[in-house]
Amino acid sequence: MSSETDDLFGGGDLSKERLKGRAFLAFCFAASVFGVFALALLLLDVFSQAATGVFVRDIDVVRFLTNSASRFPDQAGFYAAIVGSAWLMVLTVILSFFIGVGTAVYLEEFAPDNRWKRLVEANLANLAGVPSVVYGLLVLAAVVNLGNPLTGGRVGPILLAGAIALALLIMPIIIVSAQEALRAVPEGVRRGSYATGATNWQTVRNVVLPAAIPGILTGTILALARAIGETAPLIMVGALLTARRAPDGPFDSFGAMPTMIYYWADRPEIDFQYLAAIGIVVLLLILLAMNATAVYLRNKYETEYQ
Amino acid sequence: MSEKTVEIDVENERGETQEQDETRDGAGGNETTREEVAVETRNLNVWYGEDRAIRDINMKVPEKKVTALIGPSGCGKSTFLRCINRMNDQIDGARVEGEVLFHGKNVYDDDVDPVALRRRIGMVFQKPNPFPKSIRDNVAYGLKIQGKTDSLDERVETALRQAALWDEVSDQLDGSGLDLSGGQQQRLCIARAIAPDPEVILMDEPASALDPVATSKIEDLIDDLSRDYTVVIVTHNMQQAARISDKTAVFLTGGELVEFGDTEKIFENPESQKVEDYITGKFG
Repeated sequence: MSSETDDLFGGGDLSKERLKGRAFLAFCFAASVFGVFALALLLLDVFSQAATGVFVRDIDVVRFLTNSASRFPDQAGFYAAIVGSAWLMVLTVILSFFIGVGTAVYLEEFAPDNRWKRLVEANLANLAGVPSVVYGLLVLAAVVNLGNPLTGGRVGPILLAGAIALALLIMPIIIVSAQEALRAVPEGVRRGSYATGATNWQTVRNVVLPAAIPGILTGTILALARAIGETAPLIMVGALLTARRAPDGPFDSFGAMPTMIYYWADRPEIDFQYLAAIGIVVLLLILLAMNATAVYLRNKYETEYQ
Repeated sequence: MSEKTVEIDVENERGETQEQDETRDGAGGNETTREEVAVETRNLNVWYGEDRAIRDINMKVPEKKVTALIGPSGCGKSTFLRCINRMNDQIDGARVEGEVLFHGKNVYDDDVDPVALRRRIGMVFQKPNPFPKSIRDNVAYGLKIQGKTDSLDERVETALRQAALWDEVSDQLDGSGLDLSGGQQQRLCIARAIAPDPEVILMDEPASALDPVATSKIEDLIDDLSRDYTVVIVTHNMQQAARISDKTAVFLTGGELVEFGDTEKIFENPESQKVEDYITGKFG
Protein backbone atom coordinates (compact mmCIF):
# COMPACT_ATOMS: atom_id res chain seq x y z
CA MET A 1 0.00 0.00 0.00
CA SER A 2 1.33 3.32 -0.94
CA SER A 3 1.03 6.18 1.47
CA GLU A 4 -0.86 8.11 -1.21
CA THR A 5 -4.05 6.21 -0.50
CA ASP A 6 -3.80 6.28 3.27
CA ASP A 7 -6.16 9.19 3.73
CA LEU A 8 -8.88 7.33 1.82
CA PHE A 9 -9.47 5.17 4.88
CA GLY A 10 -10.65 8.00 7.07
CA GLY A 11 -9.29 8.09 10.57
CA GLY A 12 -7.82 11.09 12.35
CA ASP A 13 -9.84 14.27 11.96
CA LEU A 14 -12.51 12.67 9.82
CA SER A 15 -13.47 10.03 12.34
CA LYS A 16 -13.62 12.70 15.02
CA GLU A 17 -16.10 14.66 12.90
CA ARG A 18 -18.11 11.51 12.31
CA LEU A 19 -18.25 10.92 16.04
CA LYS A 20 -19.54 14.44 16.65
CA GLY A 21 -22.19 13.82 13.99
CA ARG A 22 -23.31 10.63 15.66
CA ALA A 23 -23.44 12.27 19.09
CA PHE A 24 -25.57 15.10 17.75
CA LEU A 25 -27.89 12.65 16.02
CA ALA A 26 -28.25 10.70 19.27
CA PHE A 27 -29.12 13.89 21.15
CA CYS A 28 -31.76 14.91 18.63
CA PHE A 29 -33.26 11.46 18.63
CA ALA A 30 -33.40 11.37 22.44
CA ALA A 31 -35.04 14.79 22.46
CA SER A 32 -37.73 13.67 20.05
CA VAL A 33 -38.34 10.48 22.03
CA PHE A 34 -38.58 12.41 25.30
CA GLY A 35 -41.93 13.99 24.43
CA VAL A 36 -43.44 10.71 23.34
CA PHE A 37 -42.06 9.03 26.44
CA ALA A 38 -43.52 11.65 28.78
CA LEU A 39 -46.91 11.36 27.12
CA ALA A 40 -46.80 7.58 27.32
CA LEU A 41 -45.93 7.74 31.02
CA LEU A 42 -48.81 10.12 31.66
CA LEU A 43 -51.27 7.94 29.77
CA LEU A 44 -50.01 4.82 31.53
CA ASP A 45 -50.49 6.45 34.93
CA VAL A 46 -53.99 7.71 34.13
CA PHE A 47 -55.15 4.50 32.50
CA SER A 48 -53.76 2.29 35.26
CA GLN A 49 -55.47 4.42 37.89
CA ALA A 50 -58.71 4.29 35.93
CA ALA A 51 -58.38 0.53 35.49
CA THR A 52 -57.73 0.11 39.20
CA GLY A 53 -60.83 2.15 39.88
CA VAL A 54 -62.97 0.06 37.58
CA PHE A 55 -61.62 -3.42 38.26
CA VAL A 56 -60.27 -3.28 41.83
CA ARG A 57 -62.50 -0.67 43.42
CA ASP A 58 -65.52 -1.82 41.44
CA ILE A 59 -66.55 1.56 40.16
CA ASP A 60 -69.47 0.93 37.83
CA VAL A 61 -68.72 2.65 34.51
CA VAL A 62 -72.38 2.87 33.52
CA ARG A 63 -73.26 4.49 36.81
CA PHE A 64 -70.27 6.80 36.41
CA LEU A 65 -71.63 7.98 33.08
CA THR A 66 -75.25 8.35 34.22
CA ASN A 67 -74.93 9.75 37.76
CA SER A 68 -73.82 13.24 38.66
CA ALA A 69 -71.64 14.66 41.41
CA SER A 70 -72.22 13.36 44.90
CA ARG A 71 -70.61 13.51 48.32
CA PHE A 72 -70.35 9.74 48.28
CA PRO A 73 -67.73 8.35 45.91
CA ASP A 74 -69.81 5.26 45.15
CA GLN A 75 -72.72 7.47 44.05
CA ALA A 76 -70.72 10.08 42.16
CA GLY A 77 -70.80 10.31 38.37
CA PHE A 78 -69.74 12.39 35.40
CA TYR A 79 -73.06 12.85 33.59
CA ALA A 80 -73.81 16.49 34.49
CA ALA A 81 -70.22 17.45 33.70
CA ILE A 82 -70.35 15.79 30.27
CA VAL A 83 -73.62 17.55 29.44
CA GLY A 84 -72.19 20.82 30.74
CA SER A 85 -69.14 20.46 28.50
CA ALA A 86 -71.32 19.55 25.50
CA TRP A 87 -73.39 22.71 26.05
CA LEU A 88 -70.20 24.72 26.36
CA MET A 89 -68.84 23.37 23.09
CA VAL A 90 -72.04 24.09 21.18
CA LEU A 91 -72.28 27.66 22.47
CA THR A 92 -68.55 28.24 22.04
CA VAL A 93 -68.57 27.13 18.43
CA ILE A 94 -71.60 29.29 17.64
CA LEU A 95 -70.00 32.32 19.28
CA SER A 96 -66.54 31.90 17.80
CA PHE A 97 -67.00 30.29 14.38
CA PHE A 98 -68.88 33.00 12.52
CA ILE A 99 -66.96 35.89 14.01
CA GLY A 100 -63.68 34.05 13.52
CA VAL A 101 -64.33 33.03 9.91
CA GLY A 102 -65.79 36.44 9.14
CA THR A 103 -62.62 38.10 10.44
CA ALA A 104 -60.43 35.74 8.42
CA VAL A 105 -62.40 36.29 5.21
CA TYR A 106 -62.26 40.05 5.68
CA LEU A 107 -58.53 40.06 6.35
CA GLU A 108 -57.63 37.68 3.51
CA GLU A 109 -60.11 38.57 0.79
CA PHE A 110 -61.16 42.17 1.26
CA ALA A 111 -58.93 44.21 3.56
CA PRO A 112 -56.47 46.47 1.76
CA ASP A 113 -52.92 45.78 2.85
CA ASN A 114 -52.52 48.80 5.08
CA ARG A 115 -51.56 49.75 8.61
CA TRP A 116 -55.01 48.96 9.95
CA LYS A 117 -54.87 45.38 8.68
CA ARG A 118 -51.39 44.89 10.12
CA LEU A 119 -52.59 46.29 13.45
CA VAL A 120 -55.47 43.81 13.55
CA GLU A 121 -53.17 40.91 12.65
CA ALA A 122 -50.57 41.88 15.25
CA ASN A 123 -53.30 42.03 17.87
CA LEU A 124 -54.60 38.62 16.86
CA ALA A 125 -51.13 37.17 17.34
CA ASN A 126 -51.01 38.76 20.79
CA LEU A 127 -54.48 37.52 21.71
CA ALA A 128 -53.45 33.98 20.86
CA GLY A 129 -50.75 34.25 23.50
CA VAL A 130 -52.93 35.59 26.33
CA PRO A 131 -53.15 33.09 29.23
CA SER A 132 -56.59 31.50 29.41
CA VAL A 133 -57.15 32.60 32.99
CA VAL A 134 -57.11 36.21 31.79
CA TYR A 135 -60.09 35.55 29.51
CA GLY A 136 -61.85 34.11 32.56
CA LEU A 137 -61.14 37.29 34.51
CA LEU A 138 -62.35 39.43 31.65
CA VAL A 139 -65.66 37.60 31.41
CA LEU A 140 -66.01 37.65 35.19
CA ALA A 141 -65.79 41.44 35.14
CA ALA A 142 -67.61 42.12 31.89
CA VAL A 143 -70.42 39.54 32.07
CA VAL A 144 -70.75 37.69 35.36
CA ASN A 145 -70.57 40.72 37.62
CA LEU A 146 -72.76 42.81 35.36
CA GLY A 147 -76.08 43.98 36.78
CA ASN A 148 -79.06 41.93 35.64
CA PRO A 149 -81.99 44.31 34.99
CA LEU A 150 -84.53 41.47 35.42
CA THR A 151 -83.54 40.31 38.86
CA GLY A 152 -81.76 43.36 40.16
CA GLY A 153 -78.81 41.13 41.05
CA ARG A 154 -75.83 40.34 38.87
CA VAL A 155 -75.79 38.06 35.84
CA GLY A 156 -73.98 35.38 37.80
CA PRO A 157 -71.88 32.40 36.79
CA ILE A 158 -74.01 31.16 33.91
CA LEU A 159 -73.13 28.67 31.19
CA LEU A 160 -73.14 31.40 28.54
CA ALA A 161 -70.43 33.28 30.46
CA GLY A 162 -68.22 30.19 30.39
CA ALA A 163 -68.87 29.81 26.66
CA ILE A 164 -67.95 33.46 26.04
CA ALA A 165 -64.65 32.98 27.85
CA LEU A 166 -63.85 29.86 25.82
CA ALA A 167 -64.98 31.51 22.57
CA LEU A 168 -62.65 34.46 23.19
CA LEU A 169 -59.88 32.03 23.99
CA ILE A 170 -60.12 30.04 20.75
CA MET A 171 -61.16 32.83 18.41
CA PRO A 172 -57.57 33.79 17.50
CA ILE A 173 -56.83 30.12 16.75
CA ILE A 174 -59.88 29.86 14.49
CA ILE A 175 -59.00 33.11 12.71
CA VAL A 176 -55.40 32.12 12.06
CA SER A 177 -56.28 28.62 10.85
CA ALA A 178 -59.07 29.99 8.64
CA GLN A 179 -56.65 32.55 7.19
CA GLU A 180 -54.24 29.74 6.37
CA ALA A 181 -57.01 27.73 4.72
CA LEU A 182 -58.01 30.76 2.62
CA ARG A 183 -54.41 31.45 1.68
CA ALA A 184 -54.06 27.87 0.47
CA VAL A 185 -56.62 28.55 -2.27
CA PRO A 186 -54.47 29.41 -5.31
CA GLU A 187 -54.57 32.97 -6.60
CA GLY A 188 -55.19 31.61 -10.10
CA VAL A 189 -58.56 30.27 -9.02
CA ARG A 190 -59.63 33.71 -7.81
CA ARG A 191 -58.40 35.32 -11.02
CA GLY A 192 -60.33 32.74 -13.03
CA SER A 193 -63.47 33.72 -11.19
CA TYR A 194 -62.95 37.46 -11.64
CA ALA A 195 -62.15 36.97 -15.32
CA THR A 196 -65.45 35.12 -15.74
CA GLY A 197 -67.23 38.23 -14.56
CA ALA A 198 -67.75 37.45 -10.90
CA THR A 199 -67.90 40.09 -8.20
CA ASN A 200 -65.77 39.91 -5.06
CA TRP A 201 -68.63 38.45 -3.11
CA GLN A 202 -69.47 35.86 -5.78
CA THR A 203 -65.84 34.80 -5.91
CA VAL A 204 -65.59 34.39 -2.16
CA ARG A 205 -68.98 32.74 -1.85
CA ASN A 206 -68.78 30.32 -4.81
CA VAL A 207 -65.11 29.53 -5.21
CA VAL A 208 -62.88 30.53 -2.32
CA LEU A 209 -65.00 29.52 0.69
CA PRO A 210 -66.03 26.10 -0.68
CA ALA A 211 -62.37 25.35 -1.38
CA ALA A 212 -61.28 26.52 2.06
CA ILE A 213 -64.08 25.11 4.20
CA PRO A 214 -62.46 21.71 4.95
CA GLY A 215 -59.38 23.49 6.29
CA ILE A 216 -61.52 25.93 8.24
CA LEU A 217 -63.52 23.10 9.83
CA THR A 218 -60.36 21.20 10.73
CA GLY A 219 -58.93 24.26 12.44
CA THR A 220 -62.19 24.88 14.28
CA ILE A 221 -62.38 21.33 15.62
CA LEU A 222 -58.77 21.46 16.80
CA ALA A 223 -59.51 24.79 18.51
CA LEU A 224 -62.58 23.26 20.21
CA ALA A 225 -60.44 20.36 21.37
CA ARG A 226 -58.26 22.95 23.05
CA ALA A 227 -61.30 24.60 24.64
CA ILE A 228 -62.90 21.45 26.01
CA GLY A 229 -59.99 20.79 28.36
CA GLU A 230 -59.67 24.38 29.63
CA THR A 231 -60.18 24.64 33.38
CA ALA A 232 -58.86 27.99 34.55
CA PRO A 233 -61.29 30.31 32.71
CA LEU A 234 -64.25 28.22 33.87
CA ILE A 235 -63.14 28.38 37.49
CA MET A 236 -62.70 32.16 37.06
CA VAL A 237 -66.23 32.71 35.78
CA GLY A 238 -67.52 30.61 38.66
CA ALA A 239 -68.39 27.23 37.18
CA LEU A 240 -69.67 24.74 39.73
CA LEU A 241 -66.88 22.45 40.79
CA THR A 242 -69.41 19.81 41.67
CA ALA A 243 -71.85 19.39 38.80
CA ARG A 244 -74.78 17.81 40.59
CA ARG A 245 -77.23 18.27 37.75
CA ALA A 246 -77.00 18.99 34.05
CA PRO A 247 -77.62 22.64 33.06
CA ASP A 248 -81.05 23.44 31.62
CA GLY A 249 -79.83 26.04 29.20
CA PRO A 250 -77.37 28.85 28.51
CA PHE A 251 -78.54 30.86 31.53
CA ASP A 252 -78.28 28.06 34.07
CA SER A 253 -75.37 27.46 36.40
CA PHE A 254 -73.06 24.74 35.16
CA GLY A 255 -70.17 22.42 35.79
CA ALA A 256 -67.91 20.90 33.14
CA MET A 257 -65.61 17.93 32.74
CA PRO A 258 -62.31 19.65 33.57
CA THR A 259 -63.71 21.42 36.64
CA MET A 260 -65.25 18.17 37.88
CA ILE A 261 -61.91 16.39 37.44
CA TYR A 262 -60.14 19.24 39.22
CA TYR A 263 -62.54 18.95 42.15
CA TRP A 264 -62.26 15.18 42.46
CA ALA A 265 -58.47 15.23 42.19
CA ASP A 266 -58.43 17.75 45.04
CA ARG A 267 -60.43 15.56 47.42
CA PRO A 268 -58.56 13.62 50.11
CA GLU A 269 -60.60 10.41 49.73
CA ILE A 270 -58.76 7.91 47.58
CA ASP A 271 -61.90 6.80 45.74
CA PHE A 272 -62.34 10.29 44.33
CA GLN A 273 -58.84 10.00 42.85
CA TYR A 274 -60.02 7.00 40.86
CA LEU A 275 -63.10 8.90 39.73
CA ALA A 276 -60.82 11.69 38.54
CA ALA A 277 -58.73 9.16 36.59
CA ILE A 278 -61.79 7.71 34.88
CA GLY A 279 -63.00 11.23 34.15
CA ILE A 280 -59.67 12.05 32.51
CA VAL A 281 -59.93 8.92 30.37
CA VAL A 282 -63.40 9.97 29.22
CA LEU A 283 -62.15 13.48 28.44
CA LEU A 284 -59.14 12.05 26.56
CA LEU A 285 -61.36 9.76 24.49
CA ILE A 286 -63.58 12.69 23.52
CA LEU A 287 -60.49 14.73 22.60
CA LEU A 288 -59.14 11.86 20.55
CA ALA A 289 -62.45 11.51 18.72
CA MET A 290 -62.44 15.25 17.91
CA ASN A 291 -58.88 15.15 16.60
CA ALA A 292 -59.64 12.04 14.56
CA THR A 293 -62.62 13.83 13.00
CA ALA A 294 -60.39 16.76 12.12
CA VAL A 295 -57.79 14.51 10.47
CA TYR A 296 -60.51 12.61 8.62
CA LEU A 297 -62.06 15.82 7.27
CA ARG A 298 -58.69 17.12 6.19
CA ASN A 299 -57.81 13.95 4.31
CA LYS A 300 -61.21 13.43 2.76
CA TYR A 301 -61.78 16.92 1.41
CA GLU A 302 -58.24 18.07 0.82
CA THR A 303 -58.01 19.56 -2.67
CA GLU A 304 -54.95 18.65 -4.70
CA TYR A 305 -54.00 21.57 -6.89
CA GLN A 306 -51.35 21.05 -9.47
CA MET B 1 -77.69 42.30 -10.07
CA SER B 2 -74.52 43.91 -11.27
CA GLU B 3 -75.58 44.36 -14.84
CA LYS B 4 -75.92 47.95 -13.88
CA THR B 5 -73.46 50.46 -15.19
CA VAL B 6 -71.82 49.57 -18.42
CA GLU B 7 -74.49 48.87 -20.81
CA ILE B 8 -72.25 50.03 -23.55
CA ASP B 9 -74.48 50.93 -26.38
CA VAL B 10 -73.40 48.34 -28.86
CA GLU B 11 -75.15 49.30 -32.05
CA ASN B 12 -74.57 53.03 -31.93
CA GLU B 13 -70.98 52.95 -30.94
CA ARG B 14 -70.04 50.16 -33.24
CA GLY B 15 -71.29 51.97 -36.28
CA GLU B 16 -69.31 54.98 -35.31
CA THR B 17 -66.04 53.14 -34.79
CA GLN B 18 -66.05 51.41 -38.08
CA GLU B 19 -66.83 54.60 -39.98
CA GLN B 20 -63.69 56.37 -38.95
CA ASP B 21 -61.27 54.53 -41.11
CA GLU B 22 -57.69 54.11 -40.21
CA THR B 23 -56.69 57.69 -40.43
CA ARG B 24 -54.91 57.36 -37.12
CA ASP B 25 -51.59 55.76 -37.52
CA GLY B 26 -50.67 53.46 -34.67
CA ALA B 27 -47.08 52.61 -33.96
CA GLY B 28 -46.09 50.65 -37.03
CA GLY B 29 -48.63 51.69 -39.61
CA ASN B 30 -51.43 49.21 -39.65
CA GLU B 31 -53.52 48.97 -42.71
CA THR B 32 -56.65 47.60 -41.18
CA THR B 33 -59.24 48.87 -43.53
CA ARG B 34 -62.85 47.77 -43.72
CA GLU B 35 -62.31 45.53 -40.76
CA GLU B 36 -64.49 45.97 -37.77
CA VAL B 37 -62.55 46.95 -34.70
CA ALA B 38 -63.31 45.07 -31.49
CA VAL B 39 -60.93 46.90 -29.19
CA GLU B 40 -58.90 49.98 -29.77
CA THR B 41 -56.28 51.49 -27.51
CA ARG B 42 -55.19 55.09 -27.59
CA ASN B 43 -51.96 56.25 -25.97
CA LEU B 44 -52.21 53.45 -23.45
CA ASN B 45 -49.63 53.56 -20.67
CA VAL B 46 -49.34 51.39 -17.59
CA TRP B 47 -47.16 52.05 -14.59
CA TYR B 48 -46.35 49.62 -11.80
CA GLY B 49 -45.27 52.09 -9.17
CA GLU B 50 -42.43 53.96 -10.84
CA ASP B 51 -41.91 51.46 -13.65
CA ARG B 52 -43.59 52.11 -16.93
CA ALA B 53 -44.63 48.71 -18.21
CA ILE B 54 -46.10 49.78 -21.56
CA ARG B 55 -45.80 53.10 -23.32
CA ASP B 56 -48.14 54.87 -25.67
CA ILE B 57 -49.76 51.86 -27.26
CA ASN B 58 -52.09 52.64 -30.14
CA MET B 59 -53.61 49.55 -31.58
CA LYS B 60 -56.79 48.35 -33.23
CA VAL B 61 -57.73 44.77 -32.55
CA PRO B 62 -59.87 43.47 -35.41
CA GLU B 63 -63.13 41.70 -34.70
CA LYS B 64 -63.39 37.91 -35.10
CA LYS B 65 -59.74 37.51 -35.90
CA VAL B 66 -56.82 36.15 -33.94
CA THR B 67 -54.41 38.85 -32.86
CA ALA B 68 -51.12 37.63 -31.42
CA LEU B 69 -48.98 39.69 -29.08
CA ILE B 70 -45.35 38.60 -29.17
CA GLY B 71 -42.15 39.88 -27.69
CA PRO B 72 -39.45 39.00 -25.18
CA SER B 73 -40.17 38.53 -21.47
CA GLY B 74 -41.02 41.70 -19.63
CA CYS B 75 -41.98 43.59 -22.78
CA GLY B 76 -45.44 44.39 -21.43
CA LYS B 77 -47.52 42.14 -23.67
CA SER B 78 -49.32 40.47 -20.77
CA THR B 79 -49.83 43.84 -19.11
CA PHE B 80 -51.39 45.11 -22.31
CA LEU B 81 -53.69 42.09 -22.43
CA ARG B 82 -54.83 42.59 -18.86
CA CYS B 83 -55.71 46.20 -19.59
CA ILE B 84 -58.38 45.13 -22.02
CA ASN B 85 -60.62 43.50 -19.40
CA ARG B 86 -59.25 45.55 -16.50
CA MET B 87 -57.66 42.61 -14.73
CA ASN B 88 -54.88 45.06 -13.89
CA ASP B 89 -57.31 46.52 -11.38
CA GLN B 90 -56.49 43.50 -9.23
CA ILE B 91 -52.80 44.35 -9.10
CA ASP B 92 -51.67 46.65 -6.31
CA GLY B 93 -49.90 49.72 -7.57
CA ALA B 94 -50.86 49.35 -11.24
CA ARG B 95 -51.87 52.63 -12.85
CA VAL B 96 -53.38 52.95 -16.30
CA GLU B 97 -53.38 56.05 -18.50
CA GLY B 98 -54.87 56.47 -21.91
CA GLU B 99 -57.91 54.81 -23.38
CA VAL B 100 -59.09 51.32 -24.16
CA LEU B 101 -62.12 51.62 -26.40
CA PHE B 102 -64.59 48.77 -26.50
CA HIS B 103 -67.35 49.61 -28.96
CA GLY B 104 -66.15 53.18 -28.73
CA LYS B 105 -66.53 53.37 -24.97
CA ASN B 106 -63.44 53.85 -22.82
CA VAL B 107 -63.50 50.94 -20.41
CA TYR B 108 -61.59 53.03 -17.87
CA ASP B 109 -64.36 55.59 -17.63
CA ASP B 110 -65.78 55.94 -14.15
CA ASP B 111 -69.18 54.65 -15.10
CA VAL B 112 -67.84 51.33 -16.43
CA ASP B 113 -68.16 48.46 -13.99
CA PRO B 114 -65.16 46.16 -14.51
CA VAL B 115 -67.28 43.15 -13.52
CA ALA B 116 -69.77 43.88 -16.30
CA LEU B 117 -66.87 44.46 -18.71
CA ARG B 118 -65.37 41.05 -17.91
CA ARG B 119 -68.69 39.44 -18.69
CA ARG B 120 -68.16 40.55 -22.29
CA ILE B 121 -64.41 40.06 -22.44
CA GLY B 122 -63.40 36.63 -21.16
CA MET B 123 -59.92 35.48 -20.28
CA VAL B 124 -57.81 32.31 -20.24
CA PHE B 125 -54.61 32.21 -18.21
CA GLN B 126 -51.18 30.73 -18.65
CA LYS B 127 -51.60 28.13 -15.95
CA PRO B 128 -54.84 26.15 -16.19
CA ASN B 129 -56.93 27.26 -13.20
CA PRO B 130 -60.09 25.14 -13.05
CA PHE B 131 -62.13 25.53 -9.87
CA PRO B 132 -62.14 22.62 -7.41
CA LYS B 133 -65.62 21.76 -8.65
CA SER B 134 -67.15 19.29 -11.08
CA ILE B 135 -66.53 19.73 -14.80
CA ARG B 136 -70.16 20.74 -15.23
CA ASP B 137 -69.98 23.35 -12.46
CA ASN B 138 -66.75 24.73 -13.87
CA VAL B 139 -68.35 25.41 -17.26
CA ALA B 140 -71.64 26.56 -15.76
CA TYR B 141 -69.90 28.94 -13.35
CA GLY B 142 -70.01 32.05 -15.52
CA LEU B 143 -73.57 31.31 -16.57
CA LYS B 144 -74.71 30.93 -12.98
CA ILE B 145 -73.07 34.05 -11.62
CA GLN B 146 -74.38 36.03 -14.57
CA GLY B 147 -77.87 34.70 -13.98
CA LYS B 148 -78.07 32.92 -17.35
CA THR B 149 -79.46 29.75 -15.83
CA ASP B 150 -81.98 28.74 -18.48
CA SER B 151 -81.11 25.56 -20.43
CA LEU B 152 -77.91 25.28 -18.46
CA ASP B 153 -77.08 21.75 -19.54
CA GLU B 154 -77.30 22.61 -23.22
CA ARG B 155 -75.12 25.67 -22.80
CA VAL B 156 -72.57 23.59 -20.91
CA GLU B 157 -72.55 21.01 -23.69
CA THR B 158 -72.21 23.68 -26.39
CA ALA B 159 -69.30 25.30 -24.62
CA LEU B 160 -67.56 21.96 -24.10
CA ARG B 161 -68.06 21.10 -27.77
CA GLN B 162 -66.68 24.47 -28.84
CA ALA B 163 -63.69 23.83 -26.61
CA ALA B 164 -63.22 20.41 -28.26
CA LEU B 165 -63.50 18.72 -24.90
CA TRP B 166 -67.01 17.25 -25.02
CA ASP B 167 -66.03 13.86 -26.44
CA GLU B 168 -63.44 13.35 -23.74
CA VAL B 169 -65.52 14.34 -20.73
CA SER B 170 -69.17 13.81 -21.65
CA ASP B 171 -69.38 10.72 -19.42
CA GLN B 172 -67.70 12.34 -16.42
CA LEU B 173 -69.33 15.74 -16.13
CA ASP B 174 -69.72 15.27 -12.38
CA GLY B 175 -66.05 14.39 -11.93
CA SER B 176 -63.70 17.03 -10.58
CA GLY B 177 -62.15 19.44 -13.04
CA LEU B 178 -58.87 18.96 -11.19
CA ASP B 179 -58.70 15.30 -12.22
CA LEU B 180 -58.22 16.18 -15.89
CA SER B 181 -54.83 16.36 -17.59
CA GLY B 182 -53.16 19.75 -18.01
CA GLY B 183 -54.27 20.14 -21.62
CA GLN B 184 -57.83 19.10 -20.79
CA GLN B 185 -57.86 21.51 -17.86
CA GLN B 186 -56.85 24.34 -20.17
CA ARG B 187 -59.61 23.46 -22.63
CA LEU B 188 -61.99 23.31 -19.66
CA CYS B 189 -60.91 26.84 -18.77
CA ILE B 190 -61.55 27.88 -22.36
CA ALA B 191 -65.02 26.30 -22.16
CA ARG B 192 -65.60 28.18 -18.92
CA ALA B 193 -64.57 31.45 -20.58
CA ILE B 194 -66.78 31.01 -23.66
CA ALA B 195 -69.84 29.52 -21.96
CA PRO B 196 -71.36 32.92 -21.07
CA ASP B 197 -70.78 33.93 -24.70
CA PRO B 198 -68.41 36.88 -24.44
CA GLU B 199 -67.35 38.84 -27.51
CA VAL B 200 -63.63 38.87 -26.91
CA ILE B 201 -61.41 36.17 -25.45
CA LEU B 202 -58.04 37.14 -24.04
CA MET B 203 -55.46 34.39 -23.76
CA ASP B 204 -52.27 34.80 -21.78
CA GLU B 205 -49.81 32.19 -23.09
CA PRO B 206 -52.50 29.50 -22.90
CA ALA B 207 -50.29 26.70 -24.17
CA SER B 208 -46.97 27.48 -22.54
CA ALA B 209 -47.50 24.99 -19.71
CA LEU B 210 -48.63 22.19 -22.03
CA ASP B 211 -46.95 19.43 -23.99
CA PRO B 212 -46.79 19.59 -27.83
CA VAL B 213 -49.87 17.42 -28.41
CA ALA B 214 -52.01 19.43 -26.03
CA THR B 215 -50.58 22.61 -27.52
CA SER B 216 -51.61 21.66 -31.04
CA LYS B 217 -55.13 20.93 -29.82
CA ILE B 218 -55.33 24.36 -28.24
CA GLU B 219 -54.03 25.93 -31.45
CA ASP B 220 -56.67 24.18 -33.57
CA LEU B 221 -59.25 25.31 -31.08
CA ILE B 222 -58.16 28.94 -31.27
CA ASP B 223 -58.53 28.80 -35.02
CA ASP B 224 -62.13 27.55 -34.62
CA LEU B 225 -62.92 30.11 -31.96
CA SER B 226 -62.00 33.02 -34.21
CA ARG B 227 -65.08 32.33 -36.30
CA ASP B 228 -67.30 33.43 -33.41
CA TYR B 229 -65.02 35.42 -31.15
CA THR B 230 -62.32 38.03 -31.24
CA VAL B 231 -59.21 36.36 -29.86
CA VAL B 232 -56.23 38.22 -28.48
CA ILE B 233 -53.41 35.89 -27.53
CA VAL B 234 -50.10 36.52 -25.85
CA THR B 235 -47.45 34.01 -26.78
CA HIS B 236 -43.71 33.79 -26.43
CA ASN B 237 -43.66 31.19 -29.16
CA MET B 238 -43.17 32.91 -32.50
CA GLN B 239 -44.00 29.84 -34.56
CA GLN B 240 -47.26 29.62 -32.71
CA ALA B 241 -48.05 33.25 -33.49
CA ALA B 242 -47.22 32.63 -37.15
CA ARG B 243 -49.41 29.54 -37.28
CA ILE B 244 -52.55 30.78 -35.61
CA SER B 245 -52.83 34.54 -35.87
CA ASP B 246 -54.19 36.91 -38.49
CA LYS B 247 -52.55 39.95 -36.97
CA THR B 248 -49.37 40.17 -34.98
CA ALA B 249 -48.21 42.89 -32.63
CA VAL B 250 -44.55 42.89 -31.70
CA PHE B 251 -43.68 44.40 -28.33
CA LEU B 252 -40.05 44.96 -27.48
CA THR B 253 -38.31 45.68 -24.23
CA GLY B 254 -39.44 48.90 -22.67
CA GLY B 255 -43.09 48.27 -23.33
CA GLU B 256 -43.21 49.68 -26.83
CA LEU B 257 -45.34 48.37 -29.63
CA VAL B 258 -42.79 48.27 -32.42
CA GLU B 259 -44.83 46.87 -35.22
CA PHE B 260 -48.39 45.76 -35.74
CA GLY B 261 -49.86 44.33 -38.90
CA ASP B 262 -50.83 41.25 -40.83
CA THR B 263 -49.02 38.24 -39.46
CA GLU B 264 -47.69 37.24 -42.85
CA LYS B 265 -46.12 40.61 -43.39
CA ILE B 266 -44.63 40.79 -39.90
CA PHE B 267 -42.96 37.43 -40.31
CA GLU B 268 -41.89 37.75 -43.93
CA ASN B 269 -41.19 41.37 -44.45
CA PRO B 270 -41.19 43.41 -41.26
CA GLU B 271 -40.64 47.10 -41.57
CA SER B 272 -38.55 47.46 -38.47
CA GLN B 273 -35.04 46.10 -38.32
CA LYS B 274 -35.54 45.37 -34.60
CA VAL B 275 -38.54 43.23 -35.37
CA GLU B 276 -36.64 41.35 -38.01
CA ASP B 277 -33.79 40.74 -35.59
CA TYR B 278 -36.22 39.51 -32.97
CA ILE B 279 -38.08 37.22 -35.31
CA THR B 280 -34.95 35.73 -36.79
CA GLY B 281 -33.70 35.04 -33.29
CA LYS B 282 -30.91 37.59 -33.08
CA PHE B 283 -32.15 38.58 -29.64
CA GLY B 284 -35.02 38.07 -27.25
